[in-house]
Amino acid sequence: MKLLIQGGRIIDPSQRIDKISDLLIEDGRIKSIADSVPGSEGILPASDVEVFDARGLIVAPGFIDLHVHLREPGEEYKETIASGAAAAVAGGFTSICAMPNTKPVNDSASVTRFIIDKAREAGLARVYPVGAITRESKGEELAEMAEMKDAGAVAVSDDGRPVMDSQVMRHAMEYARDHGLIVIDHCQDLRLAAGGVVNEGRYSTLLGLKGMSGAAEESHVARDIMLAELTGARVHIAHISTAGSVEMVRLAKRQGLGVTCEVTPHHLALTDAAVVGFDTNTKMSPPLRSEEDRAALIEAARDGTIDAIATDHAPHHSDEKMFEYDRAPFGVVGLETALGVALTVLHHSGAVPLARIVEMLTTGPALAFSLPGGTLAEGSPADVTVFDPEGEWTVDVQRFKSKSRNTPFAGWRLRGSVAATFARGRDVFRA
Amino acid sequence: MAFTRKDLLGIRELSVEEINTILDTAESFKEVSARAIKKVPALRGKTVINLFFEASTRTRTSFEIAAKRLSADAVNISASTSSVSKGESLIDMAQNLQAMAPDAIVIRHPSPGVPHQLSKMVSASIINGGDGAHEHPTQALLDAFTIRQHKRRISGLQVAIVGDIMHSRVARSNAHLLTKLGAHVRIGGPRTLIPVGYDKLIENSEGSLTVCDHIDEAIAGSDVVMMLRIQRERMTDAFFPSLKEYSVQYGLTLRRLGLAAGDCIVMHPGPVNRGIEISSEVVDSARSLILDQVTNGVAVRMAILFLLIGTEGQ
Repeated sequence: MKLLIQGGRIIDPSQRIDKISDLLIEDGRIKSIADSVPGSEGILPASDVEVFDARGLIVAPGFIDLHVHLREPGEEYKETIASGAAAAVAGGFTSICAMPNTKPVNDSASVTRFIIDKAREAGLARVYPVGAITRESKGEELAEMAEMKDAGAVAVSDDGRPVMDSQVMRHAMEYARDHGLIVIDHCQDLRLAAGGVVNEGRYSTLLGLKGMSGAAEESHVARDIMLAELTGARVHIAHISTAGSVEMVRLAKRQGLGVTCEVTPHHLALTDAAVVGFDTNTKMSPPLRSEEDRAALIEAARDGTIDAIATDHAPHHSDEKMFEYDRAPFGVVGLETALGVALTVLHHSGAVPLARIVEMLTTGPALAFSLPGGTLAEGSPADVTVFDPEGEWTVDVQRFKSKSRNTPFAGWRLRGSVAATFARGRDVFRA
Repeated sequence: MAFTRKDLLGIRELSVEEINTILDTAESFKEVSARAIKKVPALRGKTVINLFFEASTRTRTSFEIAAKRLSADAVNISASTSSVSKGESLIDMAQNLQAMAPDAIVIRHPSPGVPHQLSKMVSASIINGGDGAHEHPTQALLDAFTIRQHKRRISGLQVAIVGDIMHSRVARSNAHLLTKLGAHVRIGGPRTLIPVGYDKLIENSEGSLTVCDHIDEAIAGSDVVMMLRIQRERMTDAFFPSLKEYSVQYGLTLRRLGLAAGDCIVMHPGPVNRGIEISSEVVDSARSLILDQVTNGVAVRMAILFLLIGTEGQ
């Protein structure tokens, strides 16, 4: 089995490659990259080679999403591992990390194994389970991290239920370090967030909705950076959302601490002004922030402070999103709009170079979590995403592969579309 | 001018002309309540549903009387949000109401934005009777009507709004309305009960909105002092140490009222906690317009119903 992806612009941040080339895949692995400058034939298509014409398209390592909620086990009406994996490859993601806040919580090796088995059945994207930090994510006793790691977990997180007890967090970091696990934190001091449903600022005041201050996030980011220094653990700040938070991460990185972070497409694209009108698809945690915060996130994406673009794909049934704003669940889906939103907001605006955006979707997340992939180096698994940076499309939620439709981008005109996704050399998605 | 809106969701969206249309129309309805037979046939055959998810005596009764004086059929529904099961969404409520073909639905709900969500789901006119801490447009309109009646103008007046600003939809709607009409609004109260960015609430207004560091600063020289109710149930959230301390530090007494202009009027949307945010002497003084507000509420709500669902109003 050979596949030749011909004539595309290959961007591989792991090897600092950005050129028009041919990519040859053989037996599920990257065989070679050969220049296909005008006048040369590049890698000659042999008779047993399937050819994918990638002229005018970008050829990149398969995208990696560090933050996805797959809802299985327990809430299969919102999403299953199979539907989530289908949504992933439709969005160009060949690897996704599954957050543990399922029902039951992924706080044991048996749940971790269940997720891995289900993902294997689904095929399509690689699914990396993230285990809980504490049992049932209650923030009290440590979950059996080492067993989950042996079963295939790559990191631990109590996503959605931040660890409030700083001593528990310290122990979690020390223990996770022993077992080579990354500690992910959804940074939010729940007491300070005070039951808020939107960002605290002009718009929360205007709309009479309870606000969560930036300080509620930043105080936990500060705590975690201090604990990272104290324990030597690798700490990953999930869905960073404020100017203050990115500034702290920037300083921590300068000090050489093992701190990484991710940003969501929606925090790059939207501000809390979008809440006017009370569309519950603008409700997520952390909330959409101010324009100043959004500008700081874009700058942090540009300067390398941010390691990864992660979707925080959080499917909810439309019935639940039809509740009153303050009763509706937090979260939006993101796998199938991530590339289009990222390119529209970062690339076509001229804010962030294309290669840097590709890095945040590929090599950046791979390094942050020490995952295989994120590279087109010879011999590595052939996870490849081909996309059209100019491809214009309108977000039609009815066409989503995800089971859920809760997106703030419905009806948006986006520029940047996935052309094809290959996982282990297999064709898993074609536009 | 004609009033062409389907709904009355808030003051923020209204133009100065629309506000004046409502206030002028209310003038003409005020006389109806003074007649021996307090009824006109303007809304005969129309149905108004008062759907209240929060306890209310004043507003609900005021809407009911307003509808009846216009000869509309008024139906009151008291619902409790706690009884709404998790599976029952707004859409179900909307569809059920729609099936009964009302012309207007007055809704009060503890969640901000519910009237806005409902307005997209039903064809009846939605009137916001108070949504969480967001807006209470009819209260602000009746307050403006009352001020106009006593001061003959709103533009240029100094208005103090004092108390629990954070949880007050009345304060938000009044801040929008009074500044649109050119008043200078000063906000006072404990810092714990003034949400961030309050001074940036308004845009493109004739008047101004200022948050004061001390309530005496807000009250000094005011033509109107509007006091807000302290909601005792919020005491648990440690916004202030005790009701006793609140009444001393932030309550309106005759002595503190002395800081205001000599002909200052005092308002309160009710219900009043005597001796907490306002002393009995002030409530019962000649300067207090608290009962005028209630009287005017009927005329203003008649005007709103008429403009939204009256055939002549459309």
